[in-house]
Amino acid sequence: MTKWLEENTPKLVLAPSFIIVLIFVYGFIAWTAWVSLTRSRLLPKYEIDGFIQYDRLFASPRWDTAFTNLFVFGFLFIVIAMILGLILAILLDQNIRTEGAIRTIYLYPMALSMIVTGTAWKWILNPGLGLEATVRGWGFETFTFDWLVNPEMAIYTIVIAAIWQSSGFVMALFLAGLRSVDQEIIKAAQVDGIPTWRVYTAIIIPSMAPIFLSAFIVLSHLAIKSFDLVIALTGGGPGYATDLPATYMYAMAFSRGDIGQAASSAMIMMMVVFAIVVPYLYSELRSKDG
Amino acid sequence: MADMSYTPTQTGSNVGKIALRWGLYLMLGLFALFYLMPLFVMITTSFKSLEEIRTGDLISLPREVTLDAWRTAWSGACTGIQCEGVRPFFWNSVLIAIPAVFISTLIGALNGYVVAQWRFKGANLFFALMLFGCFIPFQVVLLPMARMLGLMGLAGTIPGLIFVHVIYGLGFTTLFFRNYYVSIPSELTKAAKVDGAGFFRIFWSVFLPLSLPIIVVTVIWQFTQIWNDFLFGISFSQAGTQPVTVALNNIVNSTTGIKAYNVDMAAAIIAALPTLFVYVVAGKYFVRGLTAGSVKG
Amino acid sequence: MKTHVMGAVSGLAIVVASAAVAEPQAEVLHYWTSGGEAKSVAVLQEEFAENGGTWTDMPVAGGGGDAAGTALRARVLAGNAPTAAQIKGPAIQEWYEEGVLADISAVAEANNWADVLPASIAGHMQCDGTWCAAPVNVHRVDWIWANAEVLAANGIAMPTTWDEFNAAAEQLQAAGIIPLAHGGQAWQDATVFEAVALGILGPDGFQKAFVELDTDTLTSDEMKAVFDQMRTMRGFVDSNFSGRDWNLATAMVMNGEAAFQIMGDWAKGEFMAAGQVPGEDFLCASTPGEGFLYNVDSFAMFEVDGEEKQQGQALLAELVVGQNFQEVFNLNKGSIPARTDVALDAFDSCAILSAEDMAASNDSGSLLPSYAHGMALRGAQSGAITDVVTAHFNSDMSSDDAVQMLADAIANSL
Repeated sequence: MTKWLEENTPKLVLAPSFIIVLIFVYGFIAWTAWVSLTRSRLLPKYEIDGFIQYDRLFASPRWDTAFTNLFVFGFLFIVIAMILGLILAILLDQNIRTEGAIRTIYLYPMALSMIVTGTAWKWILNPGLGLEATVRGWGFETFTFDWLVNPEMAIYTIVIAAIWQSSGFVMALFLAGLRSVDQEIIKAAQVDGIPTWRVYTAIIIPSMAPIFLSAFIVLSHLAIKSFDLVIALTGGGPGYATDLPATYMYAMAFSRGDIGQAASSAMIMMMVVFAIVVPYLYSELRSKDG
Repeated sequence: MADMSYTPTQTGSNVGKIALRWGLYLMLGLFALFYLMPLFVMITTSFKSLEEIRTGDLISLPREVTLDAWRTAWSGACTGIQCEGVRPFFWNSVLIAIPAVFISTLIGALNGYVVAQWRFKGANLFFALMLFGCFIPFQVVLLPMARMLGLMGLAGTIPGLIFVHVIYGLGFTTLFFRNYYVSIPSELTKAAKVDGAGFFRIFWSVFLPLSLPIIVVTVIWQFTQIWNDFLFGISFSQAGTQPVTVALNNIVNSTTGIKAYNVDMAAAIIAALPTLFVYVVAGKYFVRGLTAGSVKG
Repeated sequence: MKTHVMGAVSGLAIVVASAAVAEPQAEVLHYWTSGGEAKSVAVLQEEFAENGGTWTDMPVAGGGGDAAGTALRARVLAGNAPTAAQIKGPAIQEWYEEGVLADISAVAEANNWADVLPASIAGHMQCDGTWCAAPVNVHRVDWIWANAEVLAANGIAMPTTWDEFNAAAEQLQAAGIIPLAHGGQAWQDATVFEAVALGILGPDGFQKAFVELDTDTLTSDEMKAVFDQMRTMRGFVDSNFSGRDWNLATAMVMNGEAAFQIMGDWAKGEFMAAGQVPGEDFLCASTPGEGFLYNVDSFAMFEVDGEEKQQGQALLAELVVGQNFQEVFNLNKGSIPARTDVALDAFDSCAILSAEDMAASNDSGSLLPSYAHGMALRGAQSGAITDVVTAHFNSDMSSDDAVQMLADAIANSL
């Protein structure tokens, strides 16, 4: 008995988490899948009614916008946040005397929720109140920065605010990566007279591949869950030009009393997540098991 | 201390070096301005009078500094009938965040320890399932979760909110610890086993003492997530258990009343103080903790 | 009149008498959190306490009640419904159909609600012949507000037709004044849209389009004219309007930057808070055209266990529709009482105008529910309309396309 217990302790330790995840993640996904096949409105109902919610979803121009936005937003946000994070980390790794303070400044946006900073961003990006007005006030009369009010461009303001919020965190990841690169190799390279930029491109950055992956996962998780950001900054506007699947789903479920529709949009979102995460998981666990 | 160990040995003219240095600082400074801009707007607005906001430029320095908005936000702003500011809700958030951070970190550490060091068939599958769980949009789980909490008798209570935060924090805490422990040689565990130490003994006296950096990272991450959570707070609380973000929302997001932007901003800054404090004080350990291995993958 | 008061008093007496047995309790979920609103709710709480009740406050602001709706759904599903919640319009009937609302007919009948409320508003409070909600106020949505000085300086009177409005706006624009202060948020676009629609379609057309969802009306030439007018109005709005909060738009009218704003009567609170006087500093009028669009806030009671709570519900329903609360609350909120027998001496000229118009429209059958504020349609349909309205207003979509999209969106939402 004791021996059995000893052998199985690791499994027993994982068991509660396993059960919890099965119920509260996968059970709930199954629940959502079920509800997406019903005509649930204000509260969930359970009579299956076929794929009508998906038909409605794909017939909705608003969903089209939201779904396209997810890719535009997600791509730009992830790529720019990574590049910016890497640049900041490299700049900050040059023996900067005030590193602590600067690092904190870059990192703090992650500490704030967008409910807090949304209003401030809204003012800054508003052409009549914020940056455009201020720069014009300095005498540059033709300066124009009106993305927030332009339906074609508004999604990019969401990208800016999202990058502002998360790039500091990515910077911290990369900074940590830079610090854990073997210093001897770098020193040796410098002694050999290899220019600094070559040291970075040829030695340091390639050795940080796993960090790019971690950053990618953290950022894509943030991109898919982006919700507060849109609500606080544009409310989905102008029109519904900056809607994202998460805001679409929320609007359907909680302000429109159309839970079936919300569930179908949630399922499509889950499929996108699946498409991104599963290859990552596969490669990650493959390589570790070796 | 990694940040001190690396001394550049660039050659070239001194003038060029100094110019490069200045350019570097200039770049860093410009980026700092970008990051500070919203905070600047929030702080200046919080010190203005409502009259000045109504008539003046939104992003200029206050003409007259007043602390009224701060006083109101802390102890006088109405969040419904109660006009006690965000103060009473602050305590709820503390009661939710501290146990939830503690429990989810502890379980995450144990899970990570098993997955990284006690591999058995299915452990990787477990880990994959956990990780995928990180990505579930929280809007999806609100309704079924509400039902479950009702069945468990936890609806509207602080333990209920702690429970929810622990569940949806587990994916990330497990990920952090697993990635950290995976870089610790498995010989350590084997040697300890040979010495006759059991599962918990090894965890307690071998792994936990090594874990400080990753604990810091996990705690910061979890604390930020839980403290800033709004969606769960609003859905699973009732009168008396609402966290500070809900109070903040009540102050900031009233639709059909007079908007006191100065109070909004002051309340927002107050609500964010604990997380800001954590980042400012522990920011250094955060990067150090990440360096120590969590992100090596 | 006298009998109503007697009824109210005796009804109150019943509740108070039984209160001696068990103490009424109520946990009230609402989204009135701004200063003026909170003070108004506090009045209710005091009355509640004076009658021996214990009030637990559960405020959730945001999104015109969206956030409160989220909390409410979660709590109902958890089997932990609040005693009372602020719900309005057809959502009351939707919740009733889910079988979770309590019947408050006893209170309503004891207090003669049927006689003191306008018929169409009373209709919203009834589910299958029983009373299931208690009305608090009547906001008028189809208001146009103006800066008195700007209009006087340009020799413009309050417009009574949309053509007059357009002419005035062009004149103002030429004079370098923003004709229409507007905030580009979907609900604000919808607010302007329904005011225009009421003016152009007339009360009957509005009823057909936005209550009955009649396809012919929705795709009619008149509806195209409504979208044409929206396109014209888009030209009267400044270029920074997107995402602007409504109160910032009101501030533009206040400081003379803009001339007009089309907004419900909560805008009045902003003018008053800035010390402006109706009729002198700012003007109020109904938007061009006939009719009255109402937005009525109300409380619905949920099925709960426990005698204390059920008594709390009865007491709450009684007090909410009581004359005292209706007066005090609406003075604070800028709206008018839902009861027609409250003395209006303490109210301002805009509110008195609103009350007179409400009575007149009630008689002529043009007292209509606001679609933009969730009074006319269920959420899925009104949301579908708003999607089209806001997409049209924020792009260069033609009116023909808009009308087609409107019909499609409604078909897709049913």
